[in-house]
Amino acid sequence: MMDTLMFIVVGTLGATTPLLFAALGELVAERSGVLNLSIEGMMASGAAVGFAVTTLSHSHSLGFIAGALAAGALSLAFGVLVLVCLANQVAAGLAIGLLGLGVSALVGKPFEGNTVPPLPKLNVLGLAHVPIIGPILFGQDILVYAGVALLAILAWIFKRTKFGLIIRAVGEAPTAARDIGYPVIRIRFGCVAFGGLLAGIGGAYLSTAYTALWTEGLVAGRGWIAVALVVFGSWIPLRIAVGAYVFGAISLLELSIQGFGLNVPSQFLSALPYIATIVVLAVISRDATYLRLNRPVALGKVFRSDG
Amino acid sequence: MREGLLTLPRLKLELRTDHSRLALVGVSLMAIIASFAVGMILLAILGRSPMRVSNAFFIQPFTSLYGIGEILLKTGPLLLIAQGLAVGYRANVWNIGAEGQLTVGAIAAGVLALSFDTSNSVFLLPAMIIVGALAGAAWAAIAAFLRVRWNANEILTTFMLSSVALQLLYYLVTGPLRDPLGQNFPQSALFSDAALFGTLIPGSRANTSLLLGLAATLISYVFMQHSIHGFRLIVSGLAPRAARYAGFGEARAVWIGLIAGGICAGIAGVGEVAGPIGMLQRVLSPGYGFAAIIVAFLGGLHPIGIMFAAVLMALLYVGGDFALVSASVPNAFATIFQSLLLVFYLAGALLAVYRVRLVWRSSEVPT
Repeated sequence: MMDTLMFIVVGTLGATTPLLFAALGELVAERSGVLNLSIEGMMASGAAVGFAVTTLSHSHSLGFIAGALAAGALSLAFGVLVLVCLANQVAAGLAIGLLGLGVSALVGKPFEGNTVPPLPKLNVLGLAHVPIIGPILFGQDILVYAGVALLAILAWIFKRTKFGLIIRAVGEAPTAARDIGYPVIRIRFGCVAFGGLLAGIGGAYLSTAYTALWTEGLVAGRGWIAVALVVFGSWIPLRIAVGAYVFGAISLLELSIQGFGLNVPSQFLSALPYIATIVVLAVISRDATYLRLNRPVALGKVFRSDG
Repeated sequence: MREGLLTLPRLKLELRTDHSRLALVGVSLMAIIASFAVGMILLAILGRSPMRVSNAFFIQPFTSLYGIGEILLKTGPLLLIAQGLAVGYRANVWNIGAEGQLTVGAIAAGVLALSFDTSNSVFLLPAMIIVGALAGAAWAAIAAFLRVRWNANEILTTFMLSSVALQLLYYLVTGPLRDPLGQNFPQSALFSDAALFGTLIPGSRANTSLLLGLAATLISYVFMQHSIHGFRLIVSGLAPRAARYAGFGEARAVWIGLIAGGICAGIAGVGEVAGPIGMLQRVLSPGYGFAAIIVAFLGGLHPIGIMFAAVLMALLYVGGDFALVSASVPNAFATIFQSLLLVFYLAGALLAVYRVRLVWRSSEVPT
C-alpha cells in the first residue's frame, strides 16, 4: 500500500513533466496571441526524433536537443502559415499537427517496441534516500527540476519583466503594440518557436524518460490535454502547473489502480484523462467572464502587420 | 513600424474584390504540385526511387479493377465525413472528433447487426444506417451541448470524446461484444449478409455505401449553397457579429454544425463495419475522421470541391498501400503526403483571398 502510494507520488512528477513543458510552451504562444493546436503532433515528432537520436547516439542530451529541434521546425512551419500566409490558426494547427503525427510515425517506424535506458535519476544533495521525501524531492531526473525552474522563470517573466509585458501586449492589442514600435510578427514567431521547442522536449521526455519505450501513438492525446491545461490555468503559469500535476496524477491512475486490486476495465482508466478534461473544461468555461478576463484578446485572430 | 534593415522587396496584400473560384482551384492544384515535389524529395532522402514510388502511388491503383474499387471504397467515408465537417467549419464550428463519431456510429450499428444476426430482413441495413447516424449525432451532440450551455471549446471536447469512443470500442470488442468463438481475438462475430452493403462493382470491394457519400454531397450542396439555413451558417462563420445582429443565433450554428458532422461520420462508421470489415474490431478506420478534415479544407469547404478532394485523398490511401507492397514505403509516408496537401493549401489560400504585390521600397506610413 505504502509502496503503491509512493509510486503514485513519485510517478506523478514524471507523468506531469511532459504536460508541463508542452502546456507552458503553448502558454507562451497563446500569450502572444497565437493559438497553436499542433502541440500533439509536435510532441509526437519530438518523442520519435528524440527516441531515435537517443538510441543511435546513446546520449539523452542529444535526444532532447534533436526532439526539441524537430518540434521547433514544425512550429516554424506553423508560424509561416499563420503569421506570413495569414492562414486560419485552427486549420493551420490541425495541418501541422497531422504532419507531425506523420513524421513521428515515419521516424519511429524502425524503433517500434524498442527501449532506451531511462533518463538517470539524480541524487540531489545526497538526500535521495531519505525516507518518503527523499525520492520525491531529491531523487527525480533532471528534467523534472528543469520543468519546475521553467515554471518559475516564466511566472517571473510574465509578472515582473518588461519582456513579459511586451509579449502580453502583442497578444492583447497587436495593432497598438505595432504602433508603438514592437515587431509583432517577429515576437509572435519567437513565442511560437519557443513553444515548439518546449513541446519537443515534452515529447522527448515522454519517450526517453517516462516510458523509455517507443510505440506509435505514445503521446495519446497529451498534446491536446496540454492545450486544455492552458485554458484550465486561465493563462497563468502557476495555475497551469497545478493542472498539469492533477492530470499527471490522473494519467497515472491507470497504472496504479490495478495496484490497489480494484477491478475496473483498463479502457475506462485509459479514457479517464479525456473524460476529466471534458468535465473540467465544461466547469471552467461556465464562467465566461472569468475566461474573458484572462484570455489574450487577440488570441487566434489573424493579424496583418501592414493592415 | 517599418524595419530599416530590409531592402528586399516587401509583399503587399490587397484584398481581392472579385471572389475568384478559379483562384481557389488554382491554389488546390498548386498544393498538389508542391506536396508532390516535397514528397519526392522525401523519398529520395529515404533512399527510395521517386519514379517507382510515384508509379505505385498514382498509376498502379488505376491499372486494375481492384485498385479502382479500393479508391471508391475509401472515397465513400472520406466524402461523407468531409461533407458533414464542412457544414460546421463554414460556421467556424470546429469538429475534429469525426473519428469518434464514426466509431460510435459503427458500434451502434454493430450492436444492432449482432442482435439480429439471424435476420435476413431487407430493413436491417437501413435500420443500421439510421441507428449509426443517430449515435454519431448523439456523440457530437455532447460537444454541442457543452459548447452552447457551458461555453466549452468544441475543438477540445470533440477530440477528447473521440479518444473516449476509441476506448469504448476497445472495451466492447474485448469484453461484452467479443465473439465467443473467436479465440480471444478482440473482435465481434461476423455480421450476417443482410447487415452488409451490396457490391457496387463486381470484382472489387467497392460497395453501395459510396452512394450515401454522393447523397450527402447532393444534400450538402442544396443546403449550403441554396437554402437560407446554409446561408445563415456561412454568414455566422464569415461575419459572426453581422450574423448575431441579423438574429442568426450562434447556438443554432453550433448545433447544426456539430450534428451534421456527427450524422455523416456515424453513417461512415456503418459503411466500414457493414462494408469491408463486416464485424466490430479494435481498429475500424485508418484515420478517416482526421483525413476528412484535410478533405474538407482541400475542397475549399465547398460540396463539389470536397468530392474531388475525397477522391484524391482516397487515391493517396490506396497508393500508400501499393507503395508499401511494391516499394516498402511506410504507410506514414502517405499520411505525411496528405497533411502536406493541407499545409500547402493553407499557405496558398492567401493568394485566393489577397492579391499579392511586390513593393520595392516601402516608405509609406502604415495605415
